[in-house]
Amino acid sequence: MNPLIKRIIFIVVVLGLWELGSQLQIWSELILPAPSSVGVALYEGFANMTLVYDFVASFRRLIIGLAIALFIGTSIGLLIAKSKTADDTIGSMLLAFQSVPSIVWLPLAMMWFGLNDKAVIFVVVLGGTFVMAMNVRSGIKNVSPDFIRAARTMGAKGFDLFIRVIFPASIPYFVTGSRLAWAFAWRALIAGELLSTGPGLGYTLSYASDFGEMELVIGVMIIIGVIGLIVDQVIFQRIEKSVAKRWGLEL
Amino acid sequence: MTFITLDSIQKQFFDKNNQPHTVLDNINVSIEKGEFVSILGPSGCGKSTLLSMVAGLTQATDGEIVIDNDYIVNGPGKDRGMVFQQASLFPWLNVLENVKFPLKKEMSKQKASDQAKKYIQKVQLSSYLDHYTHELSGGMQQRVAIARALAMNPEILLMDEPFGALDEQTRTLLHDQLEQIWIDTKKTVLFVTHSINESIKLSDRILVMGTQPGRILTDIKVDLPRPRTNYKEQMLRIEDEIMQYLKSEIDKVVQEELNNESTH
Ligand SMILES: Nc1ncnc2c1ncn2[C@@H]1O[C@H](COP(=O)(O)OP(=O)(O)OP(=O)(O)O)[C@@H](O)[C@H]1O
Ligand SMILES: [Mg+2]
Repeated sequence: MNPLIKRIIFIVVVLGLWELGSQLQIWSELILPAPSSVGVALYEGFANMTLVYDFVASFRRLIIGLAIALFIGTSIGLLIAKSKTADDTIGSMLLAFQSVPSIVWLPLAMMWFGLNDKAVIFVVVLGGTFVMAMNVRSGIKNVSPDFIRAARTMGAKGFDLFIRVIFPASIPYFVTGSRLAWAFAWRALIAGELLSTGPGLGYTLSYASDFGEMELVIGVMIIIGVIGLIVDQVIFQRIEKSVAKRWGLEL
Repeated sequence: MTFITLDSIQKQFFDKNNQPHTVLDNINVSIEKGEFVSILGPSGCGKSTLLSMVAGLTQATDGEIVIDNDYIVNGPGKDRGMVFQQASLFPWLNVLENVKFPLKKEMSKQKASDQAKKYIQKVQLSSYLDHYTHELSGGMQQRVAIARALAMNPEILLMDEPFGALDEQTRTLLHDQLEQIWIDTKKTVLFVTHSINESIKLSDRILVMGTQPGRILTDIKVDLPRPRTNYKEQMLRIEDEIMQYLKSEIDKVVQEELNNESTH
């Protein structure tokens, strides 16, 4: 059977059992609302535009944060790939930073920037920067020496060599770095919003929870999951695949 | 007139214990303009290293390489095009862009395109201009690499086992193409190979190398008209002669490996 069909049947069965359990009142609406109530909450949220505003606000922070993260990450990555001293110092710190979930920076960020957008964006930036930097570093370091030798026999050197050979040769790593940066930034964004002010998907999630609107809580969770899935699978994995194919890295 | 002079070339590498290893020892060669010279020898004797020194990618430990009695090689130059042992086309560029790579800075886009296309035609790949590396066979890739090396119109073409990874039929086809290109363009060619046949078929001269340390055992002139398909007998005689030289070298390599086995 087609895996897509299997998947659809599976989801329908899970939703069916869930709805059935709710209708039979095996568990209370307050603990786990029925899929139909979640559907209604989502519909209402979109109809009165609150979820749309949340979505727009969240994406605005994400885009700003991610853009800054990619820029700083690329700069650090280039620096530590090219300078041994930078690699020995900054480079060794990166792994340590990367292993700390960026949300732990939020209390500090709120002290620095106040309880506002900037604090959340700061956390998003930290979420994406390090993984981008490490991928850019690997990309530059792993450029095949054969490419560089070939380019040198054709007169390329210095900056020209970098722009025309080293950079394009490491594009697959830039793409992977961006995909991972996005994934970390997305998680950091929602975590930051949960603890911060609105509007935003994370904020609405915590707000709905405070008022016991479990159907909206689940509705927002679904939105968050679906967006994550779409951006990862539809956008990034496609780009990654076509780049890997072109660059001859397909396994 | 001498065009490329290798003067007492010596090359050492240092191993991980910082012990020097002499890879090439006292190489003296003079190559005439327009000559097709093969460098033939067992694996590991230093053929790639020698070629890479002429290309200016590797520095000799001692001795110098002089081009056209004019300048000493101390880096790569556009007078020397190189085709590598392993595929070295840029996968992010298509065939035309790859061949245009060395031309980008020197001329207008239009002129670069025209010149690139001219050389792509010489290797008969005109219908593959917009194909990417992963869409080409190994033989096609090496032909593009040859076109790319020729595109900057170098005086000297350095080729490091360009057909080593190809099947016999493709190889034969490319031999004919290369011979034609050489006749048309009158380049000076330094062609590394470990195929005796290939070297006899293509070259004016064959430098037979020995190993440990790498050195030139003999310099054999192949004075047969081209194409050489009708000179099987003479070619066989040259093959025998080369085998005499190489046999003792191959024995030496085998002996060395056996010794290494027993000491480990
Ligand atoms: N960068 C390097 N550092 C240390 N040793 C090297 C280096 N490059 C080559 N060598 C050594 O020099 C010797 C000659 O290598 P080279 O690649 O020139 O051989 P080759 O004749 O081209 O062999 P093949 O026919 O297998 O390509 C080998 O023993 C190799 O291990
Ligand atoms: Mg070699």
